[in-house]
Amino acid sequence: MSRPVHRHKRFLALVAVGGALGTALRELLSLLVPAIDGVAVVIVGINLLGALALGVLLEALVRSGPDEGRRRAIRLFVGTGVLGGFTTYSTLAVTTAGLLGEGRAAVGLGYALGSVILGALATTLGIVIGGAWHRRARVAAPSNQPARSTGERG
Amino acid sequence: MTPLLFLGIAVAGGVGAALRFFVDGLVRSRWPAGFPVGTALINVSGSLVLGFVAGLLGHGALPPGWELVLGTGLMGGYTTFSTASVESVRLIQARRYAAGALNLFGVLVLAVAAGALGLWLGGFV
Repeated sequence: MSRPVHRHKRFLALVAVGGALGTALRELLSLLVPAIDGVAVVIVGINLLGALALGVLLEALVRSGPDEGRRRAIRLFVGTGVLGGFTTYSTLAVTTAGLLGEGRAAVGLGYALGSVILGALATTLGIVIGGAWHRRARVAAPSNQPARSTGERG
Repeated sequence: MTPLLFLGIAVAGGVGAALRFFVDGLVRSRWPAGFPVGTALINVSGSLVLGFVAGLLGHGALPPGWELVLGTGLMGGYTTFSTASVESVRLIQARRYAAGALNLFGVLVLAVAAGALGLWLGGFV
C-alpha cells in the first residue's frame, strides 16, 4: 500500500515552498496597508481574496479530472501552500479576542462574523467562476491536452 | 523591517504550512469523518499559540522580531482561512447546513476563545 500523501517529502516540500511565498505576500501587504484604529483590516482583504481564489482553483481542478499527477501538485503548491499560507485564521481569532477584551465588542463581532460570512460568499463566487472557467476552456478546445494548455496561459 | 527578518517570517510560514499539511493528513487518516476536523483543530490550536505569543509580547517577554517569526510567520502559515471557507461551503453545498454552520461559526467561537486563553496565559509567563 502506498504512503499517505502527507508523508511524501516531495509534497511536503511543495506545500512548504508555496506556504513561504504566500506568507511573504501576506507580510508584504500587511506592511503596505496601515491598520485602521488598531485593527489590521488588510487581513480581512487577504482572507477574502484567498477564499475566492481557492474556490476558483479547487473547482477548476476538480472538474478537470482526478486528483493526481500535475493536478495534485498544483493543488498542493498553489492551494495548500500559497493560498493556505497567504490567508490566516489565527490573526483573525486573536485580533477578535483582543477587541472583545478591550470592550470593543461591536468592532470585534463585526470583524469576526464579517470575515467568515463574506469569506463563504467569496468562496461561493470563486466556485462559480472556477466552474465557468473550466467550461470555457473545454468549449475552446474540446480535446483534453489543448484545453489544459489554454487554461495554463489564461 | 530588515531583509533577514522578512526572510525569517517567510521561512517560518513555509514550515507552518508544511506542519498544517502534515497534521491535516494525520487527522484525516486516523479520523476519516465527514467533518473537516483537521482544519478546525489546526485553526483553534494555532489561535491559542498566536494568543500566547501576543501575550508574551505584551509585557516584553519575547525578544523583538520573534513575535513576527513565530506569530505572523509560523502560526500565520500553519492556520488557514481559505481552506476553512471552502470546506464550509462544500458542507453547505452538500445540504449539510448544521455542519456548515458549525464549521463557520462554531470553529470561530472556539478559535477566539483559544486566542483569548493564549493572551491570558502569555500575560503570566
